[in-house]
Amino acid sequence: MAYISSGVACSHVPALGVASDKGITGDDYYGPIFKGFEFSKEWMAKEKPDVIFLVYNDHCTAFDARVIPTFALGCGTEYVPADEGWGPRPVPVVKGHRQLSAHIAQSLILDEFDITIMNEMEVDHGLTVPMTMMFGQPEAWPCPVVPLAVNVVQYPAPLGRRCFALGKAIRRAIESYGEDLKVCVFGTGGMSHQLQHQRAGLINADWDARFMDLLVNDPDRGSEIEHIEYLREAGSEGIELVMWYVMRGAMNESVEEIHRFYHVPASNTAVGHLILENR
Amino acid sequence: MSKPYSDIPGTIVFDSDQAAIGYHLNQFCITLRLAHNREAFRADPEGYIDQYPMTPDQREAALNQEWNRLLELGGNIYYTSKLAAYHGINFQQLAGLMTGMGESYRAMMVGGGRSIEGNRFKSEWEDE
Repeated sequence: MAYISSGVACSHVPALGVASDKGITGDDYYGPIFKGFEFSKEWMAKEKPDVIFLVYNDHCTAFDARVIPTFALGCGTEYVPADEGWGPRPVPVVKGHRQLSAHIAQSLILDEFDITIMNEMEVDHGLTVPMTMMFGQPEAWPCPVVPLAVNVVQYPAPLGRRCFALGKAIRRAIESYGEDLKVCVFGTGGMSHQLQHQRAGLINADWDARFMDLLVNDPDRGSEIEHIEYLREAGSEGIELVMWYVMRGAMNESVEEIHRFYHVPASNTAVGHLILENR
Repeated sequence: MSKPYSDIPGTIVFDSDQAAIGYHLNQFCITLRLAHNREAFRADPEGYIDQYPMTPDQREAALNQEWNRLLELGGNIYYTSKLAAYHGINFQQLAGLMTGMGESYRAMMVGGGRSIEGNRFKSEWEDE
């Protein structure tokens, strides 16, 4: 049977993708960030998941204002990196796992999570930047990806506790899949940041640290963080941290924190990163 | 509809009311994600923008690059950033413009960003 062995939380700041693509990951500005992920790449090379289940948000790329699904599950055979206005990132096409996706889609809906099914979907930096941070620059990504896009652009994003419950349902879905697959779940986005209007540039390092502590050690409590707290304390775009709770819900109640990294800034954003293993 | 976030300073939450007001503005902005649309806009800005039935205020703010006003009129940053990118403005430069800080914005971020202290409530800004 398929099983979940680990979870990764990772910011998906577009500037990190640009830094990797331009080969400036060693400079004074980006160097400390990529250094914080050196351990992660080594860990990932040993972890060798068969599939990655990756929770991210689309930034008006696959979905513009016409259609805004709260939860959209990729069920395709591949996902092409999109042109977000500066040309597509020069990264490999993301291969899907159609059978596993189909199984998860059916399982989730029968489990009362009425997700949207995406048979074709371009993917943006929300998905490809965490892949870059965890795998570097391979010619092909080492394993297929099942993407889950969460609306965090138009308020309201789904509640943290809904994301947490969805993570648990994703785990039930994965664990009822017949093939023997080792799955790593990514929750991406964050940490504190605000991209817009006069309060742009907001960073709240103390809040971010507390958020990570709760996520790891007391997710029942952390998943109850209300939207107003995210907006006020972590910035209008910091609310995308609810996506980390999908990952956390898919993990055991008790997890081991293998790695933690935090850095300010990347562009407008605090970069946060965790690696968790099931105990 | 309850909007408990309306007391956060310097912040326009892109809720369903803003999304309804800004629909055509945002749909205009997002077309600029693609190169052939950017070329068409460059060739005839007014003719291009008039394909989108936005309000005169929105149209003016878009053509004049009034970034905060665009947000106040229903724009969302992930959409308006495509218009900014069309003008060669990246996210960090756009934040410099929206905050009125210009080049010093980058230095603030390198120094740890804008503190949360004094920036939680509109009342804290009014005291200044």
